[in-house]
Amino acid sequence: MSDYLIQQIVNGLSLGSLYALVAIGFSLIYGVIRLVNFAHGDLLMIGAFMTFGLVASDMVPWAAIPLLVLAGGFAAGGLIERVAFRSISGAPMITGFIVTLSASIAIQNLALIFLGSQPRNFNFPEVFRMRLPIGGADVALIDIVIPAVTLLCALGLTTFIRRTRVGIAIRAVAENPFAAQLMGISIGRLVFLVFGLGGALAALAGLFWSGKYGQINPLMGFLPGLKAFLATIIGGVGSLPGAIAGGYILGFSEIAFVGFLPPEYSGYRDAFVFGLLILILLVRPQGLFGEAEQERA
Amino acid sequence: MLRVEDLHVDRGRTKVLQGINLSVEPGEIATLIGANGAGKTTTLMTLSGLLPIAGGRAEFRAERGPLDIGATSPVGLVRAGIIHCPEGRQIFGRLSIEENLQLGAYLSNDRDRIAQAVADIYEWFPILGERRALKAGNLSGGEQMMLAIGRALVAEPKLLLLDEPSLGLAPQITEEIFDALGKLNREKGVTMLIVEQNAMLALELADRAFVIENGRIVLTGTGKELLDDPAVFEAYLGVG
Repeated sequence: MSDYLIQQIVNGLSLGSLYALVAIGFSLIYGVIRLVNFAHGDLLMIGAFMTFGLVASDMVPWAAIPLLVLAGGFAAGGLIERVAFRSISGAPMITGFIVTLSASIAIQNLALIFLGSQPRNFNFPEVFRMRLPIGGADVALIDIVIPAVTLLCALGLTTFIRRTRVGIAIRAVAENPFAAQLMGISIGRLVFLVFGLGGALAALAGLFWSGKYGQINPLMGFLPGLKAFLATIIGGVGSLPGAIAGGYILGFSEIAFVGFLPPEYSGYRDAFVFGLLILILLVRPQGLFGEAEQERA
Repeated sequence: MLRVEDLHVDRGRTKVLQGINLSVEPGEIATLIGANGAGKTTTLMTLSGLLPIAGGRAEFRAERGPLDIGATSPVGLVRAGIIHCPEGRQIFGRLSIEENLQLGAYLSNDRDRIAQAVADIYEWFPILGERRALKAGNLSGGEQMMLAIGRALVAEPKLLLLDEPSLGLAPQITEEIFDALGKLNREKGVTMLIVEQNAMLALELADRAFVIENGRIVLTGTGKELLDDPAVFEAYLGVG
């Protein structure tokens, strides 16, 4: 395998992981309450700025930063649920659309006011910017760490949803909230939990994003958020494995379009990526892993 | 065990319940029969805390003293032992049979007790045990009803509210379900309030019966008394 190809595969894995981390939250939230949370991408930005602040403050040990970012993302996700979602519970779906879109714009504008519109550069300390020789390619350590951690998170979350009592309850609420309530399940608490979990993973993606690209700004969550949303659609909305697969498909195709198309086309990579999405949906409208809804009377 | 006095409940602008009185004593099977739209399901949903009470009072005599149903959350009522087995079964079709039963005991933290309760259900309904890993959506209507009842029983109900257990089932399956309900009552002492359109079956099973019409209780008696009542016969048993 050529070192160029190895490099591209690692890049695809790394970028796909970031999309997958954000897409998981989209998919979880949609799966449980049928809400597309447009503010979800902004949690990536929040995670990135938290990382920046924690690194700059130089007050906490390195190992604690990811944990703090996860906790902060959980809190931010939960806050969006309390402020933007719970207040409109019971309203038609279009209201949820508009409220989360407004929340997204509000978060971005607050960030612009308080954090400034200038992009900030910041680099992880030397030790985290190590490069490893793999099969002749010179690979950044972080591009290995990102997929590894993503895989762990995905496995952990899937196990949680499949095996634990709360996980079963989440699936029950997703399928039939009315009946779930009759089991003594508090739907409000589970929805809060789901927003929190999604927020934690998106914030983690923000930490990785800032480490990978070394630059952050208040609007940085928008495009990754949009693409993660596409990833969930490709994978089949509401399906966790689908969201993860969708993230990687998107990440790989983006890298492939940049890496293997003639340079004069690489500027149009988003057009190619979105074109691919349309193609996939033409063939499989419910997404790769989506189930066509069916229930026995 | 359950005492309902002059209960009024609105759904939107419609006054659905207009002063319901009924009571259920421990260990008995009570039934609420009546035509479509009379307020049967509304009554059960109110008793499990899913609809607000507009007037009157519903009181549940739990071990820890009387509980005002109107002032208790749905979760609190499940915890107190009012378990609602809803109309149309409402099992979780994408979850396995085992998971459905586990959810019945969602509020319990006692793993051994849950395992024992689930094992008991498999003993009662062996077909569920044989297929425990199967997605519940693959079950037939009658099996789904067994699962819905089993799921409610795992919660160890003090008062089991059953909404139209016969709905959509073949007559023979319905009889099997009602036999099972009678047996559960006799052998486990489960107190039940059953809402039914199939008045004949419900009255045969019930110790106490209430006939509801346009949101009011119009007749009360033992199951047998109502079965023999010509007015009931004409209204609910004569046709169909």
